[in-house]
Amino acid sequence: MTDETATTMPPATPRPRREKPAKIRCDACPVLCYIAEGRAGACDRYANVEGVLTRVDPLVILDRTVQSGGELVSFLDKEREWEGDIVQPPARFVTAVGAGTTYPDYKPAPFIVSSQMDGVDMVTVVTEGIFSYCGVKLKIDTDRHLGNETATVRYRGEPVGHVTTGEYGSQMMSLGGVHHLTGGSKKEGRATCDALLNLCNRQPVELTIDDGVSIVVEAGKAPVIDGQREERMRVGCGSAAIGMFAQQWFRHVDEVVVVDDHITGVLSEHQAGKLLDVPPTGIKIKGHKSTPGRYFRVAEPGQGWGGTNIEDPLTIIDRFDTKVAWPGLKMLMVSTTGDHSAYFVLDDDLNPVPTEMPEAVRDSVLRVQENCEPALCSVVFIGGAGGSLRAGVTENPVKLTRSVRDMLTYVTSGGAAVYIWPGGGITYMVDVTQMPENSFGYVPTPALVAPIEFTMRLGDYEALGGHMASIRPLEELGGLGHRTTREAEQGHWPVLPHHFSWNRKT
Amino acid sequence: MSAGPHHRLLPDGHRLHLGHGPIDLIIQADGPADAVAMAYRHAVARFDGLLEELVSELALLRQPVRGSECPVHGPIARRMWQAASRFQPAFVTPMASVAGAVAEAVLAALVQVPGLERASVNNGGDIALYLAPGARAWRLGVVVDPHDPASPGALQIEADDPARGVATSGAKGRSHSLGIADSVTVIAADAPTADVAATLLANAVDLPDHPAIEREPAEALSPDSDLGNCPVTVHVGALNDDAVATALNAGESAAEAMLAADRILGAVLVLRGMVRLVGAVPLMKPSENTNGKLLHV
Repeated sequence: MTDETATTMPPATPRPRREKPAKIRCDACPVLCYIAEGRAGACDRYANVEGVLTRVDPLVILDRTVQSGGELVSFLDKEREWEGDIVQPPARFVTAVGAGTTYPDYKPAPFIVSSQMDGVDMVTVVTEGIFSYCGVKLKIDTDRHLGNETATVRYRGEPVGHVTTGEYGSQMMSLGGVHHLTGGSKKEGRATCDALLNLCNRQPVELTIDDGVSIVVEAGKAPVIDGQREERMRVGCGSAAIGMFAQQWFRHVDEVVVVDDHITGVLSEHQAGKLLDVPPTGIKIKGHKSTPGRYFRVAEPGQGWGGTNIEDPLTIIDRFDTKVAWPGLKMLMVSTTGDHSAYFVLDDDLNPVPTEMPEAVRDSVLRVQENCEPALCSVVFIGGAGGSLRAGVTENPVKLTRSVRDMLTYVTSGGAAVYIWPGGGITYMVDVTQMPENSFGYVPTPALVAPIEFTMRLGDYEALGGHMASIRPLEELGGLGHRTTREAEQGHWPVLPHHFSWNRKT
Repeated sequence: MSAGPHHRLLPDGHRLHLGHGPIDLIIQADGPADAVAMAYRHAVARFDGLLEELVSELALLRQPVRGSECPVHGPIARRMWQAASRFQPAFVTPMASVAGAVAEAVLAALVQVPGLERASVNNGGDIALYLAPGARAWRLGVVVDPHDPASPGALQIEADDPARGVATSGAKGRSHSLGIADSVTVIAADAPTADVAATLLANAVDLPDHPAIEREPAEALSPDSDLGNCPVTVHVGALNDDAVATALNAGESAAEAMLAADRILGAVLVLRGMVRLVGAVPLMKPSENTNGKLLHV
């Protein structure tokens, strides 16, 4: 009765009857409805639109929160139970999560909402885009070698992407994209869609890399590499670590080697050591010497010390120069995260002998660990708001692109800020952890369904050929389902003047 | 890909929303804060796995009830079957009471907690109620015109009323209907019974073979509908007052038969703004802004 008045999307428009109506099976919940074309399943949330399973559930209204709300609590999550809402006065922004879409978008986007901002009439066009051109960029904070650059990344055995560049303390991967989604076998497309959907909805996903590791990736969580949780991101490269900790080391030891697959640092040769008058120790490191105290390729990449394949750090030391080194010389070897460390004292034949680490040295290793940030997986969705989606917003799609370029239109995804690539089209990236939970859906084409909102002044909307007749005031959408986001930063709130060029001083 | 159940407090900070697939429950418990919190925990725990429990016997639950032997095993499934079987020999499947039975099962979990004054579980209009002795009455809005949800009055259920189930069904509702009622609201001793009765009465408000009524086999609309190839209403065109009255008469006689057999306590039948009341309907006086034209009680 009363609670059923919540507005749902108008059901998918019935199509002209065909001889054999196609039915599809929905797997959104355990009921597994068969849904006839043009109809919705038992839940009224998923419909069969021309053979495509499509979400049509109530709009999700994003409450502007100052404090972290996270109101949609995961089931039986005791710690966060009954926190309830921490909602500020009703400054609401309608997100496209659950807006439902009409695919292809030949008619106005499901909701075109008007609201006011500082006396300026604003319009938000809310739609869920079906993205056949989409993927995720993964940033895995780790020093470990995950696989070679360009190695294939697989999900359930199917190729879904590849390893790309190594960046600072992290390995990048690129998953999805049109070639995996639609260019390969059906199985490949489905596996890619599944992997992307789960990653974007912040589920853990296990990926395997050809000639590399098996890795569990979950947005905002530590990566698990070959069953081992990565705790820390490196404090810096081996050379940087020398620079950062030389002051703390040089009083307690004669030599420090920071083992790093990229740049191994050696205190006595390093500029930082020289400045502290650390005497030469005669240490000879294997690998290519770059500048003093900096060595490349001391070993092969792997799962051992500092992202190398070594278990015994002494294997990277060729010898000590008998003319320079001395018995009793104290040496610390440590990895870039402090996860590995060992302490040696040279015997009379100048052989390093493993020795118990003095407390001051141990403290310095702990300091390295402390200075490492937690290792995380970042999942950034990338999608292109192509031709048909724009048509839901305006009768003249290219004008929307230009309006975005001119910063008259502000683009958000589930209310979260996006980065828009320069160049043609509206290709955007968004950090999935800034979006409401479970913002993504899929259609079996296969493609991902992601929320996208375009916010602009009423006049600007009219100027770009907007569907003016479809505008509904925000108040009219009351009674819709709503959800708060974790995103707390005021600056990200989509309806704020500083997002728009017309508010900038020239 | 299947999403699990979720729960949250509604923005009023008081009511609880549980959702999983086609089930959406709005729950309200009144009483001391710790009792309410405990009750909500009970509800959440009961809800976990509930849909799976039903789905495991879904095929049987979509079969019409026949005879006296209940073929299903789950506690909610059995309750559904029993509620539906009271209305034999009508064509009815246990699915006719699914919403009410789910509401009742979750309510039962809630009220295990001592100290609650009252509680309600609203499953998309099929409502199970609890009232401790002396509790404040529940007031439930009755929607006569779906386009005017504030219209026109409210049912008032007192603690000493026998009514603990209220259900609404109609051609414009979420489920398919064989009839043309805009809505039929039934008050009964329990929610599953109210649910079945509302479904059957909404079917009974009908004009067989009327040219303004478009029907299609249920299967064509929902391939796995429990209604098989029964013709369900997809559109009702223009009807004159006589036709509306005839359809309501049919529903009214069916409701009176149910009342006489002690299956329901009362019913509100609505078609095109015309309302019929059957039995004890504690309808509060319609509010002043009700358009008199709409309400012909």
